[in-house]
Amino acid sequence: MQVVECLISKPSKGSAGKTGLWRTYKPVVDESKCNLCMLCWLYCPESVISSGGSCIVIDYEYCKGCGICSEICAKKAIEMVLEE
Amino acid sequence: MRTIMTGNQAVAEAVKLAKTEVIAAYPITPQTVIVEKLAEMVDSGELDAEFIRVESEHSALASVYGSAVAGKRSFTATSSHGLLYMYEMVWWVANARVPLVMSVVTRTIGPPWNIHTDHTDILTMRDSGWIISMAENVQEAFDLTIQGFKICEELSLPFTAGMDAFQLSHTSEVVDLPDQETVDEFLPERKQSYVFGDEDFTVGSIGPNEYTFKLRKDTFETMLKAEKVVEKVSREYEELTGRNCGLFEEYKLDDAEYAIVMMGAWSGDAKDAIDELRREGIPIGLLKLRYVRPMPRKIKRVLEGKEVLVLDRDCSMGVGGILGLELKSFVDNVSNVIAGVGGVDVGVEELVKMFSLFVEGKLEETWWFV
Repeated sequence: MQVVECLISKPSKGSAGKTGLWRTYKPVVDESKCNLCMLCWLYCPESVISSGGSCIVIDYEYCKGCGICSEICAKKAIEMVLEE
Repeated sequence: MRTIMTGNQAVAEAVKLAKTEVIAAYPITPQTVIVEKLAEMVDSGELDAEFIRVESEHSALASVYGSAVAGKRSFTATSSHGLLYMYEMVWWVANARVPLVMSVVTRTIGPPWNIHTDHTDILTMRDSGWIISMAENVQEAFDLTIQGFKICEELSLPFTAGMDAFQLSHTSEVVDLPDQETVDEFLPERKQSYVFGDEDFTVGSIGPNEYTFKLRKDTFETMLKAEKVVEKVSREYEELTGRNCGLFEEYKLDDAEYAIVMMGAWSGDAKDAIDELRREGIPIGLLKLRYVRPMPRKIKRVLEGKEVLVLDRDCSMGVGGILGLELKSFVDNVSNVIAGVGGVDVGVEELVKMFSLFVEGKLEETWWFV
């Protein structure tokens, strides 16, 4: 069988393409409110949130804009803003 | 070793001799005895395999899909409604190019509820990419199952060994079983299609449309190559056991002007019917299909210049018998009759009558024989 590679996928970042293009609303973080509790990191279904040292960082290339981080944020630090 | 056993017992013996490592199945008449027998073998330690009890046929095929992907020799068995319940996995296994063997004991699809033989169930697998074989007798059910493991592993395609409900599954016949050493010599250890060392990977995840296209094209081409692989494997088996179990069998066909084409247990009755007509001087013979996929293309040459009658124990509504349709696509002078659907008994007497009408040119096309 010459086509085995067509059946196999290995763990990698964004294997289904740049899913950030699907986004309608974009989560925007207010750095002054974020206390790095990392609840949003825990709940993000796409694993696009990481810690930037003083504030969380969102990878917008793959964030689909579901808004779960904004809903879960205890500090109301994440606002969903309509994409232009 | 010559002994007496039913088709179901013989298939269980074949699975044991093939040193199958994983078996998963859900009971359905008339297949149940195969896996009951295998469960006993696993329980007694006679067969060193994992026996997975599952809650449905869908899970049965899904389980052996997993074990076969992981590189284990795997087996399941089903019939009729069970096959239809696992239909999604039937395609999944073929499209993922997973080698495993499934015994399909052909049984009518209801309603009305009916446990007797009909070939429509196994032929629902026709376009999926499975290798599809059909036995005439208990010996062939055994031989095809053993060969199935080798064929499927060489082609990376799943294999189904079909046999008729009750006529084979529950009928005792004399069978010649090879010993373990002979089978070991014939059947090497299971080959693994997916080898990536210790890396994690997923089989059958999402992919670009072009991947699907490439895979289907490859399966199509593999199915064409499968004719040669089946012939090669059956020759190897013949060298060890003296029995040929290739793509098809010719019976009194050399000088025949009339040729019957069919598959399954009733081919044995057809041979008796042909003997009777031969005694009356009618030049008639039989081409028994052992395989539907791959469809042996060279039967076109074998049947050239003959009047052909294809006998179907199955049908495609409003069009004809399924084998009839297949043969009409590449063989000339084909007539087609549907008979025995729903397990209606068709014996030597009926076949003599049918073949006589065919020879006299009085047989109606896609005639529903009652």
